[in-house]
Amino acid sequence: MTDTLTPVLSASWGDERAWKLGNYERTGGYTALRSALQMAPEEVVGLVKDSGLRGRGGAGFPTGMKWSFVPKDNPNPTYLVVNADESEPGTCKDMPLMMATPHTLVEGVIISAYAIKASYAFIYVRGEVLHVVRRLQQAVREAYSAGYIGSNVLGSGYDLEVVVHAGAGAYICGEETALLDSLEGRRGQPRLRPPFPAVAGLYASPTVINNVESIASVPSIVANGADWFASMGTERSKGMTLYSLSGHVANPGQLEAPLGITLRQLLDLTGGMRAGHQLKFWTPGGSSTPILTPEHIDLPLDYEGMAAAGSMLGTKALQCFDETTSVVRSTLRWVEFYKHESCGKCTPCREGSWWLVQILMRLEAGQGVEGDIEKILDLCDNIGGRSFCALADGAVACVTSAIKHFREEFEAGMHTPAWELLPYERSTVFIRSEQPAGGVR
Amino acid sequence: MTVTDRKDGADVEVAEQLVTVTIDDTQVQVPKGTLAIRAAELIGVAIPRFCDHPLLDPVGACRQCLVEVPDMGNGRGMPKPQASCTLEVADGMQIRTQLTSPVADKAQHGMIEMLLLNHPLDCPVCDKGGECPLQNQAMSNGRGESRFEAVKRTYPKPVSISAQVLLDRERCVLCARCTRFSEQIAGDPFIALVERGALQQVGIYEREPFESYFSGNTIQICPVGALTSAAYRFRARPFDLTSTPSVGEHDACGAAIRVDHRRGEVMRRLAGDDPEVNEEWITDKDRFAFRYGRGEDRLRTPLVREDGVLRPASWPEAIDVAVAGLRRAGRDVGVLTGGRLTLEDAYGYSRFARTVLGTDDIDFRARPLSQEEADFLSRHVAGRADVVYADVEKASGVLMVAFEPEEEAGTLFLRLRKASRRSGVPSWTVAPYLSNGARKAGAVLVPAAPGAEPQVLAGLEEHIPLDAGSIIFVGERAAVLPGTLTAVAELAERTGARLAWVPRRAGDRGALEAGCLPGLLPGGRPLADPRARVDCLSVWELGRELQATPGRDAEQMLAAAATGELRALVVSGVDPGDFADPAAVLRGLEEVGFLVSVENRLSEVTARADVVLPVSLVEERPGTFVTWEGRRREFGVVIRHANPMTDLRVLAALADALGHDLGIRTVADARREIAQFDPWTRDRALPGGSGPSPAPATPVAPAAAPDGGRADGGRADGGHQLLLATWRMMLDPSRALDNEPHLLATARRPVARVSQATARRAGLVEGEGVRLVGPRGEAVLPVHVTAGMVDDVIWVPTLAAGISVPALGLGAGRPVTVHPAALPATPHPGAAVPVGEGALPGAGVDVQHEEQGGVA
Repeated sequence: MTDTLTPVLSASWGDERAWKLGNYERTGGYTALRSALQMAPEEVVGLVKDSGLRGRGGAGFPTGMKWSFVPKDNPNPTYLVVNADESEPGTCKDMPLMMATPHTLVEGVIISAYAIKASYAFIYVRGEVLHVVRRLQQAVREAYSAGYIGSNVLGSGYDLEVVVHAGAGAYICGEETALLDSLEGRRGQPRLRPPFPAVAGLYASPTVINNVESIASVPSIVANGADWFASMGTERSKGMTLYSLSGHVANPGQLEAPLGITLRQLLDLTGGMRAGHQLKFWTPGGSSTPILTPEHIDLPLDYEGMAAAGSMLGTKALQCFDETTSVVRSTLRWVEFYKHESCGKCTPCREGSWWLVQILMRLEAGQGVEGDIEKILDLCDNIGGRSFCALADGAVACVTSAIKHFREEFEAGMHTPAWELLPYERSTVFIRSEQPAGGVR
Repeated sequence: MTVTDRKDGADVEVAEQLVTVTIDDTQVQVPKGTLAIRAAELIGVAIPRFCDHPLLDPVGACRQCLVEVPDMGNGRGMPKPQASCTLEVADGMQIRTQLTSPVADKAQHGMIEMLLLNHPLDCPVCDKGGECPLQNQAMSNGRGESRFEAVKRTYPKPVSISAQVLLDRERCVLCARCTRFSEQIAGDPFIALVERGALQQVGIYEREPFESYFSGNTIQICPVGALTSAAYRFRARPFDLTSTPSVGEHDACGAAIRVDHRRGEVMRRLAGDDPEVNEEWITDKDRFAFRYGRGEDRLRTPLVREDGVLRPASWPEAIDVAVAGLRRAGRDVGVLTGGRLTLEDAYGYSRFARTVLGTDDIDFRARPLSQEEADFLSRHVAGRADVVYADVEKASGVLMVAFEPEEEAGTLFLRLRKASRRSGVPSWTVAPYLSNGARKAGAVLVPAAPGAEPQVLAGLEEHIPLDAGSIIFVGERAAVLPGTLTAVAELAERTGARLAWVPRRAGDRGALEAGCLPGLLPGGRPLADPRARVDCLSVWELGRELQATPGRDAEQMLAAAATGELRALVVSGVDPGDFADPAAVLRGLEEVGFLVSVENRLSEVTARADVVLPVSLVEERPGTFVTWEGRRREFGVVIRHANPMTDLRVLAALADALGHDLGIRTVADARREIAQFDPWTRDRALPGGSGPSPAPATPVAPAAAPDGGRADGGRADGGHQLLLATWRMMLDPSRALDNEPHLLATARRPVARVSQATARRAGLVEGEGVRLVGPRGEAVLPVHVTAGMVDDVIWVPTLAAGISVPALGLGAGRPVTVHPAALPATPHPGAAVPVGEGALPGAGVDVQHEEQGGVA
């Protein structure tokens, strides 16, 4: 690891009107595209493979390898779909990127589509973030006007259409096959696999689906080379990435650093937890990743490091909670989210989240009964790994890890309301004075 | 030796590649691509399931069928339990079900528990209670007591998603069987899952109810009591019902059904499981239309006419009166049989006419008919069985002529759709427009104005690929389109394609086989052939010669009855309204010297009869229907009475009293005797019918219209002359739907269809009315402009609320004058049954009230 922070994607976020095409070009924008168009598509795929870039959407699947799964002999067109449906609690990296420098993504889309020989690319943006949708649409329009998109891109003979598609408000549409259904105009529910999207995805044609950050990383790899990218990060988790710091920290925000940095380093760089408070628990990658405690603060934030700790790197959304926070309460809020966002297709997710919420509400109110914790754990065992897609796995990950690390707080839920045990107003930043117990929920 | 023993591979043709998989330590070989849940069934392991259905595409939604896979066949295990309903087995795969895997067992227990979370425990009042997969599997694979102590999701209940189908959303386990059936099997995706999470539910479009002729199947495949029928809801408990396998009597498809009765009354009918015929699906008509015999019009005693009025009589008296009348008529008696009759009954009439009455005046065609048709049936249909259901899926192509499978043969429609969807079998339909049913069956339109079919069929093989692997389906309607049946036969001859004639009624094909056609003896034997007559004489042990001259067809008989040439008629199962000219039929029935009606309900015929002899309903007697394929579908008694009267017994009694021995008295007798006829392999032509019918007529073109017509079709009186296209719909106000208002309410709304250009020329406007003027009356229907329709043609349903084409004096291929008109204020009566109204999620419907209204 050379530098602590390595701003690449976020390098120009602070510039004046960084989202305009002219400003992006002035900082070297779209030169990577010109280089890529000089290469054969297969060479671009090889370059990305060599870089070791892994999917930044959470699962960490090698991007170049994903691209090479597209069958060569399929008569149907190949599509590129960018998953910009960022909506997990705590995750906030793609939205700022698309707000600040949408052209990084657009350029990445063009290069990636060229690499997989797609003539159509779709960017599926979460529907609630209208400002982001508009900014992205504006960027795509600018790219069309400049000849970066459309027929005969930069005189190369390559044709590409890029469509920005707004979702309709469903977390499940971040699941790639549900996203495809939604993009096709159906209800967003995950599809049966196989066939996998690489073989039969959008409109039953070969489709590559990548996260915004993955695609946005591609221009820098083309511009600086695979070795440059691989020089950052750790043995198997290469490159720089965006970490999102949120919660009870002194200075929340996005930090771009090589994979493998630790939470302690990031906190040290940003001023630590809010004054007078200590870290109690944190998520490495959003609410779907099992929570960790201060004892994990020196673990490398890469795919392997988090897996070794029994968690996942996920979207690198580092939500930090201090000692004022009720684990029971935060767990309940997360599970309520999953209950609301469960698409309803499969039984364990749909029904299990319905039940979990009710038990957790009881525990939060101090009305839990003996056996509730065992029941929750058994229920989680019957949900996790039994559902149709990974949404339910995420829903139970926060529960089981919370009980694992903070069982005594759940036990307290059998006699003491969480708001009495850890008065909620203390964990807020906006209420300074003490409130009567139960005043804020 | 198994089929995989390939040491002598040259001799053993291995149709499918087999893979070896180990389930619960038992090895089994199954075709590649088999789902684990099916493979487990083969070794007798039943994995619990809800969403899985072997005839629907897998979905993997309920997660009930989880199994453990310690080895995928490559030495590596699956980290998570897998849904066996979506898991294709691989060679060397190891699978552990709930029997040998604690993980799978626990997962399944957990799934049942979760399915029951939001399921009301109203089993004691639920229609499904006692035959419920959820109930059963909760017992076999669930935990004894629920740990759920929280609040269940509740909804107002029920919601009607059509006039016939009601939805209890609380009970729904969201397995998507109903929605997948509707989309995949029926092609009517009018129901879909809406909302999300635990609030996900089956929903309909606001203004488009669940309009499907096959909707009842969703009730049957619902693994819980979420879908119920308006007709059966709260009527009976499954464990109080007695089930009897039977055969659908509403079309010529021979669908296997299961009839459930209690205390002498049929409570409901379900689809039987017959992979050769209807798989596991039946039409709503076969499912719901079984109360037609329960009205006030049911005949229970014989009636004789005295002083112009029918009065009840004893059987001996009625037989005596009938025999006296028939004696007076001598040999001048005609026999008209209809579509209600079983093969055995039809055979009885055929034999009764020939051996007792000594006449060949017998015809089963109680509908528009032609001599060309009689010749076609004799040559190409009777005694043959060239096409069966399964052939459709293997065909190189399917051509339909004068045939709308969804309306006229629902089971065949489903098979055609399956062939198109699963096997990509191409199909074409010769019709004036591409109906929704034909579209769902995957057909491409070969446009033809009614009457223009012969010209279209001549040389059709140059435009569409037809070969020996093709099948041509021709509907019974082709009888009134001159030259069409001949052209169809010639096309089949030229291309080698196989031919299948599809009648609408259950009894028609059997009647044809039994010889209920002038000039045709049982088994497709032409009366004119002396060897055919000898065959009959030997089976019938008749001492005298059969009359060798062919008799009159139904229309000729009725005409002869009107003039007094025929002095008596024996009529069974005939509705005059079905004929091309109902008025002529009624005239014949009124004028004939003596009329014997054998019937189970009062009718237009019994109203004019001198003697009425009551017979049993189909559920009260055994019999056989012959499908369009020629397949015999025997069925037994559902409701057992001490002394059920069949047409056959009536005929035997009449014969006895006339001093003859009919030779057969029971269904078993008839079956035995029918079996004595060897297959007829000689010439099949009817005498005189030396091939194509007279005058393969030029269709009546609008321009050639008489009385004041102009070349553009406009008329001096402001009307416009068009050609009429028409066919019967599956659900229409026919007597088969009597006492079944919920079903009738799902009938299609009647419309008159014209092309855009025709509408413009004739001044017709979409959604407004058109008045059709026929020789004997007129009717007004809403106009529906239909894309791709042949110009100068107007299509209307043959029978619907507000219109009866025969009653107007009209028919297919005939000119009709149309005028723009205002629509009558009243909606069509089908829509007046208001169960479907307010059928939106959240809007509970007071079904009890409707039910009382419906059954009274």
